[in-house]
Amino acid sequence: MTGLKLTRFMPSSRPVPPPPAAPGDVLAEAEGVRVHLGGRPVLDGVDVRVRAGELLALVGPNGAGKSTLLGALAADVPAAGGVVRVHGRPVSHWSAPELALRRAVLPQAASLSFPFAVEEVVRMGRAPWAGGDREGEDDAAVAEAMARTEVTGFAGRPFSALSGGERARVALARVLAQRAPLLLLDEPTAALDLRHQELVLRLCRERARAGDAVVVVLHDLALGAAYADRVAILRSGGIATDGPPAEVFAEGLLSEVYDQPVEVFPHPRTGALLVLPRRAP
Amino acid sequence: MTVLDKPATPRTPADPAAPRARRTTAWLLTAAVAAGLLVLVPVAAGTGAYPIPVGDVLGSLLHRTGLGGTELDRVAESVLWNVRFPRIVLALLVGASLGCAGALMQGVFGNPLAEPGVIGVSSGAAVGAVGAIAFGLNFLGTWTVSVFAFASGLVTVLVVYAMSRSGGRTEVVTLILTGIAVNAFAGALIGLFLFFADTAAVNQITFWQLGSLAQATWPKVLAVLPCAALGLGLAPLYARRLDLLALGERPARHLGVDVERLRIVLVLVIALLTAAAVSVAGVIGFVGLVVPHLLRMAAGPGHRFLVPGSALLGALVLLAADLAARTVAEPAELPLGVLTALLGSPFFFWLLRRTRRRQGGWA
Repeated sequence: MTGLKLTRFMPSSRPVPPPPAAPGDVLAEAEGVRVHLGGRPVLDGVDVRVRAGELLALVGPNGAGKSTLLGALAADVPAAGGVVRVHGRPVSHWSAPELALRRAVLPQAASLSFPFAVEEVVRMGRAPWAGGDREGEDDAAVAEAMARTEVTGFAGRPFSALSGGERARVALARVLAQRAPLLLLDEPTAALDLRHQELVLRLCRERARAGDAVVVVLHDLALGAAYADRVAILRSGGIATDGPPAEVFAEGLLSEVYDQPVEVFPHPRTGALLVLPRRAP
Repeated sequence: MTVLDKPATPRTPADPAAPRARRTTAWLLTAAVAAGLLVLVPVAAGTGAYPIPVGDVLGSLLHRTGLGGTELDRVAESVLWNVRFPRIVLALLVGASLGCAGALMQGVFGNPLAEPGVIGVSSGAAVGAVGAIAFGLNFLGTWTVSVFAFASGLVTVLVVYAMSRSGGRTEVVTLILTGIAVNAFAGALIGLFLFFADTAAVNQITFWQLGSLAQATWPKVLAVLPCAALGLGLAPLYARRLDLLALGERPARHLGVDVERLRIVLVLVIALLTAAAVSVAGVIGFVGLVVPHLLRMAAGPGHRFLVPGSALLGALVLLAADLAARTVAEPAELPLGVLTALLGSPFFFWLLRRTRRRQGGWA
């Protein structure tokens, strides 16, 4: 680890891809993480573990710290206290190219300074692999990611000419093409229609089943209940509870966290968990 | 990951037309610009107050490189090798530096309106150059002016960069306003230096400021060569990372780019290229703006073509502009900087209007 700082400045040293993770391996963890933004504590002593083969949903009201927690796991936001580890090593000990082989991040809003074509944007996701053994997978990975997110039809169009929902899917395709074992997605469903929301979460679950660790920030509790293996509910900078959806989605807790009466009941036909705000008839 | 490896999905995208067509366009453009240079260099060498037929130019060139050909008479040889060729080489170097610096700057700022002249980096480099001329400094020989231009150019890029960015983005308005402020301050410093300079230096500076290659000599070529060659050689190495930077700073970092280091290196390269151009030719504006834009419109925004392509087309454009500057009003000579500004500023104006329309106003 002492050589790490040195190798950062030698362009010749190629980052080594991680070995395949076994299901249940902890790929990312936060331990007592505290983050201050603008002098205000946004996260205060958060503990969370992200395991391979698991889809973890982060839910909670606005300002609870979901995106900040995701940012801390992605090594975007430095922790003022505690430690964030990715693949067992504190994030500050990884170089940017090494981290890029280990985790992919979908930001909340996708922007682009120049009018690259959709396929070119997706191909940017392959940048971490350039020059490595797996560079040959590039074309397949790009085609695969575009087909999965249903953006193949406008592969040649400039990104700037797309609608918000289309841009969101292209950004997701870029993240998928990166083929990192840890996926951190900030509100991947925010700009999407009903069909594509389902598509994206199905994709996330498939990646988890295939052995990756997936973290999604969600606003739609019903989506979380339907797809997540584990849900962490955040409340004012801390984790209120963390567990399988069936255990943590309790009417009392949700109503209290969201300051809004919520009802949780089984679907009359399938028995799946439904979460709805309680409305006056 | 295994799920994603299923062979069931299509291997090639259904609509690969645009990126592939762009790649073809890029190759065609490169070939066309290279051919243009091959034609224009001997033509420019033959054209002027003392005309030399193109055949003789090529003959002399072959003779000097030891590949046959014939030597011309003494006057023609002298005109060709002591006046025309240094000027042509200088035009190529300055044009390539300006075009490349423009492309890099737009990539680093993530803003298509960034250009050394517009945001004041050229004026900043000019402050150093004027200072060196005004106070008659020459302790570094022919490199003195270049070194001073580089130092003050570097400080200016850093200042502009620090002042015009907030939250990882550069807004157009902030960028342009910063450029106005920097240009004003640089203009004031240049004025101050002029005030303290003697008459000969004032004349030299005034003419130099208009932007011209009329004073080209081989020592001047040597004076810019290190800056220009280093900058032009380094720039293409960062093309792929510049593509990723278009996604924004954080996404670029997520894809393995050491953004801080990339920024520092590129700002240094921009300062090198701008200093190379400014120290010999004064402020020649808009080449770095127009050239990358034309290429981006034709072949897409990928920097792997854009950066070297802008250098190549910049060289061609400046050679053509210099040829026009010295032949249009014969026997007088138009200042090159005046010519490029005359042609470039309407283009800048159009670009500004277009950007505003897209963003729906500046506010």
